[in-house]
Amino acid sequence: MINLDWSALTAIGILLGVFTLAPGLIWLERRLLALWQDRYGPNRVGPFGIFQVIADMIKIFFKEDWIPPFADKFVFFIAPGIIMLTVLMSFAVIPIAPGIGVMDINVGVLFFLAMSSLGAYSVVLGGWSSNNKYSLLGGLRAASQMISYEVFMGLSLLGVVAMAGSFNLREIVNAQAGMWNIVPQFFGFVVFTVAGLAEMHRLPFDIPEAESELVAGFHSEYSGMKFGMFFVGEYIGIVLISAVITTFFLGGWHGPFLPPLVWFFIKLFAFICFFILLRASLPRPRFDQLMSWGWKLMLPLAILNLVVTGAVLLAVRQGH
Amino acid sequence: MNQKNMKEPQIELDLIERFRDARIAPQRSKDGIPTFWVDKADVRSVLQYLKDEAERPYRMLYDLTAIDERSRQNRNGQPDGAFTVVYHLLSVDRNEDIRIKTALDGKYPSIDTITHMWHNANWYEREVYDMFGIKFDGHPNLRRILMPWTWEGHPLRKEHPARATEMGQFSLPQEKQDREQEAMRFKPEEWGMKRESEDTEFMFLNLGPQHPGTHGVLRLILQIDGEMIVDIVPDIGFHHRGAEKMGERQSWHTYIPYTDRIDYLGGVMNNFPYVMAVEKLAGIEVPQRAQVIRIMMTELFRIASHLVWYGTFAQDLGALSPVFFMFNDRERIFQIVEAVTGGRMHPSWFRIGGTAADLPKGWDEMLKEFLEYMPKRLKEYDTMVMKNRIFKARTVGIGAYNTEEAIEWGVTGSGLRATGLEWDYRKKRPYSGIDQFEFDIPTADHGDCYDRALVRVEEMRQSLRIIRQCLENMPEGHYKSDHPLTTPPRKDRTMHDIETLITHFLGVSWGPVIPPGEAHAAVEASKGVNGYYLISDGNTISYRTRIRAPSFPHIQMVPYISRGETVADVLSILGSIDFVLADVDR
Repeated sequence: MINLDWSALTAIGILLGVFTLAPGLIWLERRLLALWQDRYGPNRVGPFGIFQVIADMIKIFFKEDWIPPFADKFVFFIAPGIIMLTVLMSFAVIPIAPGIGVMDINVGVLFFLAMSSLGAYSVVLGGWSSNNKYSLLGGLRAASQMISYEVFMGLSLLGVVAMAGSFNLREIVNAQAGMWNIVPQFFGFVVFTVAGLAEMHRLPFDIPEAESELVAGFHSEYSGMKFGMFFVGEYIGIVLISAVITTFFLGGWHGPFLPPLVWFFIKLFAFICFFILLRASLPRPRFDQLMSWGWKLMLPLAILNLVVTGAVLLAVRQGH
Repeated sequence: MNQKNMKEPQIELDLIERFRDARIAPQRSKDGIPTFWVDKADVRSVLQYLKDEAERPYRMLYDLTAIDERSRQNRNGQPDGAFTVVYHLLSVDRNEDIRIKTALDGKYPSIDTITHMWHNANWYEREVYDMFGIKFDGHPNLRRILMPWTWEGHPLRKEHPARATEMGQFSLPQEKQDREQEAMRFKPEEWGMKRESEDTEFMFLNLGPQHPGTHGVLRLILQIDGEMIVDIVPDIGFHHRGAEKMGERQSWHTYIPYTDRIDYLGGVMNNFPYVMAVEKLAGIEVPQRAQVIRIMMTELFRIASHLVWYGTFAQDLGALSPVFFMFNDRERIFQIVEAVTGGRMHPSWFRIGGTAADLPKGWDEMLKEFLEYMPKRLKEYDTMVMKNRIFKARTVGIGAYNTEEAIEWGVTGSGLRATGLEWDYRKKRPYSGIDQFEFDIPTADHGDCYDRALVRVEEMRQSLRIIRQCLENMPEGHYKSDHPLTTPPRKDRTMHDIETLITHFLGVSWGPVIPPGEAHAAVEASKGVNGYYLISDGNTISYRTRIRAPSFPHIQMVPYISRGETVADVLSILGSIDFVLADVDR
């Protein structure tokens, strides 16, 4: 009974943590981008402009909740909810530190992959139900981009799974106590990072919403809190992908001297900043170029990585 | 130029030799461009001869416009006619222009189209139809281009009012609003487009007039199959402010601020061809110091304009940061511009006969600092943008055309040089003493989006070179000519002799009276060749002000180079062309 209470408390704690982290991230991104682009960014509301996000949130809550008359109302309504739901659910399997985490299930990797696949529905349905040509194009792009990048996202993780011999995320982290996976699984790491970016459709993979081409892509028709959910969902997605990379490739909470929780957050923030830096520095490839890189470069790389990992593991085990 | 004009140009003999039966009457114009009057019936064959058969032919239709002659006083023996259609051709081989004019009679006259000879005649003829009501027989789609389709009257006709207050009160009842909105509806059949092919239904995507990728109020209607462009219909005119009509209302002097706003990124670069055309009409020689100041300021604005293009082009392709760095650099240019002219984007600083003021104290220090600073930044941008592999993947091989196509479509500026033709107005038709400067004309080979970018980036370095030479060799002397038509005349003189005081008084109260005549002057602007064709009827205002803007033909070419590419490529192409909608619509 006490055990159950404890886990309920951590679940709520993590949920709140994610919800404060995401708006904080919006502020961080705006400030960092500004820093790298020789300008100030939000610096008026509160110390260093940190309350800007709160002001924006209040504004967005009070905006008219408008559904365009030509939209498919029900689907239009649920689409933003899906992305929030799937991204938040994914956090359930992330082991943050020993004893801190929501669920500890044996198919954690599969659960994460399943949730990110479901997340694709949100964008596709949102784009399709808006009944707007730009949204439709955005939705179409999102569908093909996410489906193809999902394929090698899964494949790139299999090397890690093979090394740990488990689908359980906690065991994967523990298996990295001696050496972080980023060393033996470097190619897996690269492929997964790229796929993760594509999955969260962040620049340079923001093709579904490519502003200069499709205005706002799949969420052109969304406003108010529904848009807010897409928006915050995207930022929670960045936190999620960074957390997942930390777990799979950077040894999760492992690290010398500092307590595990601190290590986890250091790694998490390093990746978040890296993603923001990417956004500040790269242009956007064209849709078909992205697909051909995916299928012709990333997929063979992921498969090769898996085959080599398997062969080495077999050889080592036979040696014993 | 003037000396060449003393003898009969060779082309005149050739024309008269070739068309013995036709009446071909030469006309002297103040710009030295050979001008011939041809009968309406012979225009097509004469143009065909000049384009295809003549030795070293005139391949480019540089401009096509018309003049409403009905209230003109000083015709100087020119043929009678209510309207004149003017064809301005340019020969790259000869490095010469020729002007063919034909007189038309009647209230709403018509003439044969030349769209089968030049692709870019299509829009020019539509513009003439829109502005004058002159019909072009055989034109594939003769409809209004700049004015709304529901507009009544043709604005550049002399009877059309220039001000809203002359037009009666405006009202917008419901049925009028419905009618106007219905006129905006796109009907593919009107443009000869099919709604579906055998196996697919096409989607018509309305890109603009409000769209982050079009840089202004440009509307492109894309006919797409999936993401592939089948065809495009550009719809322009949203930025039309009647700048040419304003030229017939404002005095020669007070029109200068209007020119600034034609290519709103070009600043004084727009004043330049206008004041040069007026100076040709008035016969004003500009002192050397003013000439060099003018060159220096236009080159500064060239860099400023190219920086805006550079940043927004990168942004179109998804790179967020370059635009901020480049606008910061542009700000440094504006600080110099502000110190010199007092204005920033639209200083309206050139004057007929010189500039508005002399250079301020310390201008050279500011410029020196900038010349130190800028090359390093350009180098940084090379690694940030031009060498970026994603940037290359998005631009190399996209929207390519060759030299011949470029000339056929009337492309000038960087778009022409990117095809490998070294053709720069500054080198070929040196103006304002620019032939005294050392600089190179950058070219590239493939004529695609990447090459256009490459040429522009190099042009900025060449402009820096020119500015450095201006800095080192700024001549002493006055910044204004002492010709009486200089507006306003030199202040120091007006205080001393009565003659100058009188001209000053007239210039201020009425505006200068420019002697009758016709002149064309052009400069190599940042977007291409920007030309002003002015006709004076011996009055304080211009009789006809024709602005030959470079972006107009460039935008016309977009459908041609976009077919078969994807939606994303259209944005690369638009970005690489470097147009300004104010320059397209005027």
